[in-house]
Amino acid sequence: MVTARPMTVTTQHAMAPVGSSYAIEVDDLVRTFEDFTAVDHISFKVNQGEVFGFLGPNGAGKSTTIKMLCTLLQPTSGTARINGYDVITQPSDVRNSIGIIFQDFSLDDRITAEENLRFHCMIYHVPRSERDARIQRVLEMVDLVDRASWKVRTFSGGMKRRLEIARGLLHRPAVLFLDEPTVGLDPQTRQNIWEHINDLRQEHGITVFMTTHYMDEAEYCNRIAIMDHAHVIALDTPEALKSAIGGDRVLLHTEDDAAAAEILKARYQLDATTIGDGVTFQTDHANAFVPRLLRDFPVPITSVDMTKPTLNDVFLQMTGHEIRDEGAGKRDKLRAQMQRRGRKGA
Amino acid sequence: MATAAQTTETTGLSRVSQNPIDLEAILMLCQRDLMRFLRERAQLYGSLSRTIVWLFLLGTGLRGAVQIPGGISYLAFIFPGMLAMAIIFTALQSAISIIFDREFGFLKEVLVAPIPRTSVVLGKALAGGLIATLQGCIIFVFAPFVGVHFNVLNLIACIGVMLLLGIGLTGIGLTIAARMTSFEGFGSINNFVVLPLYFLSGAQFPVTNVPDWMRVVIHANPLYYGVELMRGLLVGYWNRSGWIDFGILLGFAVITLTTATWSFVSQKE
Repeated sequence: MVTARPMTVTTQHAMAPVGSSYAIEVDDLVRTFEDFTAVDHISFKVNQGEVFGFLGPNGAGKSTTIKMLCTLLQPTSGTARINGYDVITQPSDVRNSIGIIFQDFSLDDRITAEENLRFHCMIYHVPRSERDARIQRVLEMVDLVDRASWKVRTFSGGMKRRLEIARGLLHRPAVLFLDEPTVGLDPQTRQNIWEHINDLRQEHGITVFMTTHYMDEAEYCNRIAIMDHAHVIALDTPEALKSAIGGDRVLLHTEDDAAAAEILKARYQLDATTIGDGVTFQTDHANAFVPRLLRDFPVPITSVDMTKPTLNDVFLQMTGHEIRDEGAGKRDKLRAQMQRRGRKGA
Repeated sequence: MATAAQTTETTGLSRVSQNPIDLEAILMLCQRDLMRFLRERAQLYGSLSRTIVWLFLLGTGLRGAVQIPGGISYLAFIFPGMLAMAIIFTALQSAISIIFDREFGFLKEVLVAPIPRTSVVLGKALAGGLIATLQGCIIFVFAPFVGVHFNVLNLIACIGVMLLLGIGLTGIGLTIAARMTSFEGFGSINNFVVLPLYFLSGAQFPVTNVPDWMRVVIHANPLYYGVELMRGLLVGYWNRSGWIDFGILLGFAVITLTTATWSFVSQKE
């Protein structure tokens, strides 16, 4: 099974012009719609072989950015280079270098999975002699070999998504763009898709650029950029972002909370506060600190709770608001409705 | 092995960037539409039943009321009009399918691929023309029943005319569809494009008996020259040299394909 997987899915190193070491370089990119600024002077770089997450609430400018990077939308000013090619002056080279999985499905559901893949080979000029082998390989990669001759309309959401990932890889892109790839999928399928994305990076060194508004998914990325109100407000590894907001939170229940707080302040220089029926403080590496504390703490401790900071905490601290999930729910519902109506009409 | 693959990819790349005619992409777009057409039978039956209604019910009813110059029977006179009707309905419907592709996302797969827009339009137009021609050819089975007899050469020429007409009409449909983002406008296309084009094409009645203003409008309708050319080839009823009709149809197709390409290039997002 493992040996049947493609030996090389990417050829980006040879395809990219000499001198470009980044998979994506975004330089002072701006996009305005009439008097609304969707993307406001953003700049960042993505390394080759990295899984790069673009995190932010709906309406933050993520999709507008990804559309500009994929040459589907002209920037108002600034520029971006993908695989060394300029999105404004070399759109055709950019399109040859990228694979895209859109937020909405972009398969022809009246024809079979294999036919969808074959058509993709045709429009990307995959050499004829390699087509059968490549189709077989990508189908194996996403576990859809036995469904190759099924019409796509019989597929579940997760299967369609996997087929799209397979299709996006057929022409061996250097960079794979995924715009909210797991919206509307059940948790198990989401997990599954993530395993596939991780395989791609580890086995084939492909660069993955993805947008999401699911905090738990951003954890899988090597680095994440947080976008809010058209700006990139933070960019780092998930761990660094989380430790930047002050480490783990510990909640102790003791027989004398006031005394415990005093000792924590005096002996360990911790900013401990009593809340309700406990005392709480923040520290780096709580898992190592707490056992030490238990050994020689003078006030008897009855229970300990430790929580790691989440990206949600990061987001909350940096933007002052929660990621707006309820808005996404409404939009997803609307989209589902439109798809249903469309199917009836077709 | 990797080196060989890279070389082909690089050459493929430069070819894609420069040539506005991407044959393989055109082939793919045609193949997809034909495949879908052949698998969905409903459209085919629609064309057959429409022809039966118009040719036999309406034709028989109007037979006594309309005088055809040159001693041709009314049913034979409107037979080429039936071909034109099948083509106009099918060609526009097939162009409209691009709205469905937009709604279901497949259009994005096409637009984000390294295909020049010219080739997207050519592929869709050729597909529309071919499907329209196939639909039209089915109507030939009614020819013996309405007293239309023709030789093989004329039949082949007529099929060529049908293809050209179909491509030109698909061009109109694509120009409109490139701007339409929803199904809502779908029905109005029938009322504001298909029916006026058809009724002002001289398909149903001879142009000799109409008021002057209408004659002017009919002569400005490209479909009229298609109907006239097919009528000449199948029934031997000529009003002018067939080459003039052919030239006008050719110009019509070039113009609609150009506007369709513009429409696609300039569409927002």
